Amino acid sequence: MADTLLSITGLTKAYPGVVANDDVSFDIRTGEIHALLGENGAGKSTLVKMIYGLVAPDRGSMRIDGAAFAPGSPSEARQSGVAMVFQHFSLFDALDVAENVSLGMDDPPKPGALAARIRDVSEAYGLPLDPHRLVGTLSAGERQRVEIIRCLLQDPRLLIMDEPTSVLTPQEVEILFETLRKLKTEGTAILYISHKLEEIRTLCDHATILRRGKKVATCTPAEETARKLAEMMVGSSFATPVAQSRTRGDVLLEIRSLSLPAPDAFSTPLRDVSFAVAAGEVLGIGGVAGNGQDELLAALSGERIAPAGTVALKGKDIARLGPVARRDAGLLSGPEERLGHAAAPNMSLIENGVLTAARRENLVSRGFIGWGDARRFAERVIDAFDVRTPGPGVAARALSGGNLQKFVVGREILQRPDVLVLNQPTWGVDAAAAAAIRQAILDLAAKGAAIVVISQDLDELMEISDRFAALNEGRLSAARPVAELDMEKIGLMMGGAHDMEVAHDVH
Amino acid sequence: MDLGSISVVLLVASIMVSATPILLAAIGEMVVEKAGVLNLGVEGMMITGAVVGFAFAVNSGSPMFGFVAAALAGALLSSAFALLTQFLLSNQVATGLGLTLVGLGLSSLIGKPYEGIKSPTLPKLDIPILSDLPVVGRMLFSHDIMVYLSLLLVVCVWAFLKYTRAGLILRAVGESHDSAHALGYRVVRVRFLAILFGGACAGLGGAYLSLVRVPQWTEGMTAGAGWIALAIVVFASWRAGRILVGAYLFGGVTVLQLNLQAAGANVPVALLSASPYLITILVLIVISARGAHGAPASLARPFHASS
Amino acid sequence: MIRLEKRPEPSRFWTAVTPLIAVALTMVVGGMLFAWQGADPVEAIRTIFWDPIFNPQFAAFTRPQLLVKAGPLILIAIGLSIGFRAGIWNIGAEGQYIMGAICGAGAGLAFYPSESVLIFPLMIVAGALGGWAWAMIPAVLKTRFGTNEILVSLMLVYVAENILASVSSGLLRNPEGMGFPGSRNFKQWDATHNAELISGTGMHWGVVFAFIAVIAAYVLMARHIQGFHIRLTGEAPRAARFAGVNPTRIVILCLGISGALAGLAGLFEVTGPAGQISIDFNSGYGFTAIIVAFLGRLHPVGILLAGLLMALTYIGGELAQLMLGVPGASIQLFQGMLLFFLLATDVFTNYRLRFAAREVS
Repeated sequence: MADTLLSITGLTKAYPGVVANDDVSFDIRTGEIHALLGENGAGKSTLVKMIYGLVAPDRGSMRIDGAAFAPGSPSEARQSGVAMVFQHFSLFDALDVAENVSLGMDDPPKPGALAARIRDVSEAYGLPLDPHRLVGTLSAGERQRVEIIRCLLQDPRLLIMDEPTSVLTPQEVEILFETLRKLKTEGTAILYISHKLEEIRTLCDHATILRRGKKVATCTPAEETARKLAEMMVGSSFATPVAQSRTRGDVLLEIRSLSLPAPDAFSTPLRDVSFAVAAGEVLGIGGVAGNGQDELLAALSGERIAPAGTVALKGKDIARLGPVARRDAGLLSGPEERLGHAAAPNMSLIENGVLTAARRENLVSRGFIGWGDARRFAERVIDAFDVRTPGPGVAARALSGGNLQKFVVGREILQRPDVLVLNQPTWGVDAAAAAAIRQAILDLAAKGAAIVVISQDLDELMEISDRFAALNEGRLSAARPVAELDMEKIGLMMGGAHDMEVAHDVH
Repeated sequence: MDLGSISVVLLVASIMVSATPILLAAIGEMVVEKAGVLNLGVEGMMITGAVVGFAFAVNSGSPMFGFVAAALAGALLSSAFALLTQFLLSNQVATGLGLTLVGLGLSSLIGKPYEGIKSPTLPKLDIPILSDLPVVGRMLFSHDIMVYLSLLLVVCVWAFLKYTRAGLILRAVGESHDSAHALGYRVVRVRFLAILFGGACAGLGGAYLSLVRVPQWTEGMTAGAGWIALAIVVFASWRAGRILVGAYLFGGVTVLQLNLQAAGANVPVALLSASPYLITILVLIVISARGAHGAPASLARPFHASS
Repeated sequence: MIRLEKRPEPSRFWTAVTPLIAVALTMVVGGMLFAWQGADPVEAIRTIFWDPIFNPQFAAFTRPQLLVKAGPLILIAIGLSIGFRAGIWNIGAEGQYIMGAICGAGAGLAFYPSESVLIFPLMIVAGALGGWAWAMIPAVLKTRFGTNEILVSLMLVYVAENILASVSSGLLRNPEGMGFPGSRNFKQWDATHNAELISGTGMHWGVVFAFIAVIAAYVLMARHIQGFHIRLTGEAPRAARFAGVNPTRIVILCLGISGALAGLAGLFEVTGPAGQISIDFNSGYGFTAIIVAFLGRLHPVGILLAGLLMALTYIGGELAQLMLGVPGASIQLFQGMLLFFLLATDVFTNYRLRFAAREVS
């Protein structure tokens, strides 16, 4: 193997209450793809932020080519040949591709020359881009190309990629991997951050595993089993959710040809969406981010009123009803964004309980809130779902992502819904909490509820759903039993190739 | 009513004069909002500029010196807003309102000794040759230097935002401060500078009121001009060229209603003097009914680099 | 280097303490201001904050003024605070105050010189309706077209001032006033006079309504589901929609309440302390109430205290003007500074100071 490019020794960074990185050391060699593997909260982000000059380490040092490397800003990091493709937060919707690229460069060429180079480089690497399109109008995959091109234009020696595949279809992932392999043969080192084990096993030469801020191991992923990697990442084995045998009952929720225009320029319209879910059944809805997931949830929760006759609950048309009336009727939901949508960050858990449970749990009488009852309801959720919090009076924002997610999902489940719709129920949640939430979903189904889980995590959907459908540009494919599917079929469904025109649905 | 007594040449010339204070304040506020900050204190900075400019002009005998002092005073006052909102993370709406209240109080305190005094005013700057043109010459090319400077400022701001790298960074910060921060731009520094620029422009606008347009100091003389400047930024969809259109349109309404009042038009005086405000509301309705496009995405959102 | 770090939840201690720190800082800086003006700072501060209540010479006259001035401030600020809690920025209370006064006074004057006991209640209703209707303009425009309520409500202040100027020399002018602008004087018309209820206290109907408003607002915000929805809308608009709150309804409700309360304040002022509709009967209470609302932390009890404090600065300011020759405008500046210092120290409620070695930000 070639020489060491970046050498990290004893990096430590503490935030109040947590040590994000504790004495982390490893090396990245020229021309290798090196995985950084770990759960949410394991310290991956903090580590790359230190390499990219966004955060200064408390202790420890880095060397590039043997020379001391202590970037005080991203621009210093870029000058040393380090470039980074972010998962979120580095594009500007209202600016065009060329402007976005230019902002990521320290010494950009003149606008005309830049546009030409963007065309050249993007085509050379199989990622074509129009430099004059507004970034806000691009798909998630195209947005990622902008970030990658921005890095490539600076001839980086080390390219950091943060969870690059979470926004891509399986086919797009293949294209990305081709690009990365090409870069590798040109001698660029890649630090690849992910928690998707199969990806890492097929792509990466080495992997460094972080757990709770500490380095657990550096290994060759192709030589390890996925199970072994997962255990190193999580630290202990945890219960995999078990589905009890369920009997499918009557159809509880039926959506017929639901179309809704996009509420604003950066949203997706729903186009002729139809599906049905029966009692005791879990329907998984997959798809790449930004293909109508939020819009579908809003149409089901009642935040957006749908055209009459398109949403039926237990045979009754509820399309014109708002969230309160739909809850009364037995349809509950949980949106993706915990802070600010499912829960109010600065309000206590008691108040956040009242948020959706006010009427079903009789927390309000003649307009006045019974705070004693509200407190008891919050405490029941906390107990039943093992929410780690000092008490129900604590503000929602003080809880960790996993604990708050358990609270908001538990809040709906304890209200005994007939139909429950969840969007990304385990997004950004640690493995143990995710397993607990999935188990709760399966238990609820076993008790006879109909459940819709919208998720971008295909593994999760394969694990808990009975049937699977995919959203693509606001269209929903026909739902198919999970048992009949393989990766290729799922990829086609997600990519919008709805060629398998089977009958409209199973009933 | 005798509309014939309203001369077109004088009308256009006085529209330019009456639009200039709002134009200055609005172009400054637009830059601030482009950086993602909503400063509702324009009225307070304007009136402080008006009184400080007046005081310095009277004491020094030089109106230009007054303008410089007014710009500094506006910037100084806006730095208090910048400190509070950018470093102490206070609510921008509340802080802007507070700035207006402070400015109104401060100005009447400073202004007490200057009530009823006349100040030296700016000489007309006849542009050679052009000002000798018939009709157009006196209408467009025989103004004081601040009128031309305000127009030049609009062009400069337009070019700065469109063609320079610094302008691109400023827009980027206003679009998404998280992205800008992730790329290593100093969000707080960019915003601080933008706020100072906005303050200086508001101060200049105020001084134009007290030194040229009126020209005198009276308490509360801005009479909502700062708020109208804020409305014009919305009207202009955050574009420099349209700021010019908006300010001149508004200047036109003001001059027209004054002329109608003077000509004894058969319209209640209260309605005429309220017309600039009513028309501002009307314009806001039309703009928002069409959907306010172009607002910077991070406008009025506080930024805190959490990690 | 000093760095701010977000607290996991707002600190209750700092929520209560910051207004006190702000008042203290204002006294210090205000004292420096007075010193610069040539007045003895200690004496000036004492004249403003102590003498109006405790000075044996003036207190008998100034003490009742406390409630007279605090009444409208509290009434308006309570209404504003409900809207501010929901993120609805009605800053045109001054206009609603004027329109309430005009409508209420107009309703009464239509029945001049009747001495019916029904007239005053009728005027109260008309005053509240006048303020409500004026606030409905920005409310309807916001819900219908998405127009910014800050700018519209503020523009309407200037419109209301022009209407005031017009009616006080036209429609509502006292026919027996020898052509001077200004309406009939309600103090000389018993059926409509909002007189002092308990002699020597300054307590009038407006103060009673202010106290009722404090209690009602407390119950609404702390216990009622509508109050919960208002707070939820301000804290997290998306979560409010998810909970089923209709944002249009909240805008109408909040602007309606604040407009009606400001209108009431105007009516009580014009029939009581001011006595008549005149071009300049309004004295900026609508704007000062914004400071009162913030200083009281948007909490009804806090607003009660803040209203009294702000009334004190008004009275003390007049006293200082009289006794020490301090310019009247410095009190306005004083009040503005108070708001500024409050906003500045507010950071400690949500953030903690950290001293760090080196931090790239």
